[in-house]
Amino acid sequence: MRRLLALVTVLAIAGCGDDATVSGGGDKPQIVVSAASSMKEALTACAPDFPDADVRLQFAGSDELAAQIRQGVPVDVFAAANTKLPDALAQEGKLGRPVTFATNQLVLAVPADGGEVDSLRALERPGVTLVVGAEGVPVGDYTRAVLARLGADRSNAMLANVRSNEPDVKGIVGKLTQGAADAGFVYASDVEAANGELRAIELPAELEPTATYGAGVVKAAKQPDAAEAFVDDLLAGGCHRALLAAGFGEP
Amino acid sequence: MSGWFGVLLAVALAAALTFLTLPVVAIFAQQPPGDLVSALGEEGALDALWLSLRTTAAAVLLILVVGTPAAYLLATRRFRGRAGLITLIELPLVLPPAVAGIALLAAVGPSTLLGRAARDAGVQLTLATAGVVVALTFVAAPFYLRQAIAAFEAVDATLLDASRTLGASPARTFARVAIPTALPGLVAGTALALGRALGEFGATLMFAGSFQGVTQTVPLAIYDRFATDFTAALALSAVLVAVSAAILLSVKLVRAPDAL
Repeated sequence: MRRLLALVTVLAIAGCGDDATVSGGGDKPQIVVSAASSMKEALTACAPDFPDADVRLQFAGSDELAAQIRQGVPVDVFAAANTKLPDALAQEGKLGRPVTFATNQLVLAVPADGGEVDSLRALERPGVTLVVGAEGVPVGDYTRAVLARLGADRSNAMLANVRSNEPDVKGIVGKLTQGAADAGFVYASDVEAANGELRAIELPAELEPTATYGAGVVKAAKQPDAAEAFVDDLLAGGCHRALLAAGFGEP
Repeated sequence: MSGWFGVLLAVALAAALTFLTLPVVAIFAQQPPGDLVSALGEEGALDALWLSLRTTAAAVLLILVVGTPAAYLLATRRFRGRAGLITLIELPLVLPPAVAGIALLAAVGPSTLLGRAARDAGVQLTLATAGVVVALTFVAAPFYLRQAIAAFEAVDATLLDASRTLGASPARTFARVAIPTALPGLVAGTALALGRALGEFGATLMFAGSFQGVTQTVPLAIYDRFATDFTAALALSAVLVAVSAAILLSVKLVRAPDAL
């Protein structure tokens, strides 16, 4: 019995100490960063070099991450693919003052080896299959806003060709690289990250395809200082450079 | 049972019970029932429910029609490699949903030979309702097959022999003796497959996508609303809890009618 109790205790401690043991980074504090899926490649590359803390990254659609923070999931930094969600969380008192740290271009992505679609106009043809982000997901909202600037007729013709509303941008990329759809709206950085499997068709400037990314320190952060430092890193440090290298732009 | 051991057992049971029931109860406790019901009235929610019902019914029908004779063969014949075959059939049972999604894309995805052949024949699988049925069938079939094999194995072989000696054909023996005798087990297997199909998420999203009324089943609709409309997500979750509970209860009733 005593041995059993000891085992249970050890397991419990191991369970609780999970956060500390997996990082294996010595005395550095650990921060959890919730970031939009589109930043996956860039942040995964720069996070190990962040000097002030061990960074644990979790990626999903920005709206899912915001919902988690509203539900009280303990994270330190929220980095979203828009400014709407960080601003809303700040207003609700869940996030410190948000900053804009990068931009990304919404583009029309098509399979690199040619296919049905070679221009924005081709999306209006019936029978073309299009994959977009779901409403509420930043990439989906940007897409709908951009299409709306084309006028109701053209945008309705394009939206009629939508075959899937994906919960995050990587879902769109996956459907395109698998050949499940002819085209999709993603960020320039996603095309960059797709190892040459996708080709980007740039959108005209009058459609305002620029997405602005916002981040802030979560009010319930366990490591507010390290979290603040990470937001600074997104603004000007190694992670900012990694974002630029991945195809993002200056805010 | 007395003393510390009894206390340990009781504490363990209480812990298990709390841990397993609290999240389910919370689904119903977070919002007034009226809000849950009105959230279901939203058009997308009804579309998701209707789609889930149709695709699950189609998948279970396919599983029954093909799975029942297949399970009968595996249960009544002994041949080399039988155990290996059963393991292969059961494999999707333990595959993570994401693996099932990738596997389906790799096997019948649009860029594969089979996928192209299907498209040329006019059958659209990815991003189409048929793809949802394929995903549900793939993940749910092993649940039925496993139960059905066990149920047919438990049928007394002398019954089948007697039927045949009395002049019934093998097909008639299968239909009139084996199936009725194995029925409780077959029903239990059907219910398990039904529950698994209703809850399918990952393979559907990866293989079939998510589109209201076409591929967005209830679990996908829950995920879609989680961020934007938590009440609607709760309402759909409540429906799935109720349906799953009904399935579980009916299995228990079929298996041991006096147990409840």
